[in-house]
Amino acid sequence: MKFAILVSEGPYTHQATDTAFLFAQAVLAKGHEIFRVFFYHDGVYNATRLTTPPQDDRNIVKRWTKLAEENNLDMVVCVAAAQRRGIVDDGEMKRNGKDATNLAEPFRISGLGQLIEAGIQADRLVVFGD
Amino acid sequence: MTTKQFMIVNRKAPYGTIYGWEALEVVLIAAAFEQDVSMAFLDDGVYQLKKGHQTKGIEIKAFEKTFGALEDYDVTKIYVDQESLTERGLTADDLTIAVEVLSRAEIGKRMEEQDIVLSF
Amino acid sequence: MLHIINKSPYDRPALDSVLKTGEGAILLIEDGVYAAVKGGAVEAKIKTALGKFKIYALTPDIDARGIADRVIDGVTQVDYAGFVDLVAENKTSQSWL
Repeated sequence: MKFAILVSEGPYTHQATDTAFLFAQAVLAKGHEIFRVFFYHDGVYNATRLTTPPQDDRNIVKRWTKLAEENNLDMVVCVAAAQRRGIVDDGEMKRNGKDATNLAEPFRISGLGQLIEAGIQADRLVVFGD
Repeated sequence: MTTKQFMIVNRKAPYGTIYGWEALEVVLIAAAFEQDVSMAFLDDGVYQLKKGHQTKGIEIKAFEKTFGALEDYDVTKIYVDQESLTERGLTADDLTIAVEVLSRAEIGKRMEEQDIVLSF
Repeated sequence: MLHIINKSPYDRPALDSVLKTGEGAILLIEDGVYAAVKGGAVEAKIKTALGKFKIYALTPDIDARGIADRVIDGVTQVDYAGFVDLVAENKTSQSWL
């Protein structure tokens, strides 16, 4: 079965992103497919490579990156939400005249349409938020 | 393109958090993708539809105009929970757009029919 | 339909809202698992709801909160794999955020 996941909260403040991650892992472990993980609202903060938690804490951003790389996951950050909150990739940096980027690999920034497409293409869409 | 039934459920008041506003953006995009979109307002979500928002003093963009645009996007299935209105001393006349006021059970039934429920 | 609740019933009305709205299955996760605790004011509500809903609670969240020894009888515990199964079994799921 094809799953899609929507993450609506940032890391650390809310458990939502932890639950989403552990759910995603379980989906893959059961042999299902993940069509896309979409990050919206403060969820876009899951995608900043500048996150530096204490060493004895989980690194939520790296954990997503690792899961995505190992399973070839499509992780999409909503462009409008990202612009509001200062999550920037190369294209956004140039377009908006910023002096830096902070998007972690392999996240990509794209439109909200990607969430709707995920809803259309996947058999199940599960929302994690607060 | 495949058409699916998307319901966007709003249970949060406006302005205190951004959820209502960003939910509306999802609704407009889903409509642009020609999906079968409906919105349900329950609990504090009904406050989003209250007429007469004057948000100048808090310097946050008001919702009201965008709700008015829903019709242009053919989003006409807008369900509001009767009980949530009553609990809050509101009636359909207090709302900024025409909606279908339904019982909880009726909204529950429509929820069950959906392919996708996005809650904010 | 699967209703996912992540709010403590002592803080927010998500559980009440679900009980009024739907039927089917309820999965308690995160702070939602406090609804599954014996001896609290919400216990009677859960017991009544068990007649209409199948109620599940996420074991890792229960364990994390130190309430594993007082889960209401009739509430079924699941792990993340069970969470995935519940989503797969139900055509629609809603997270009552």
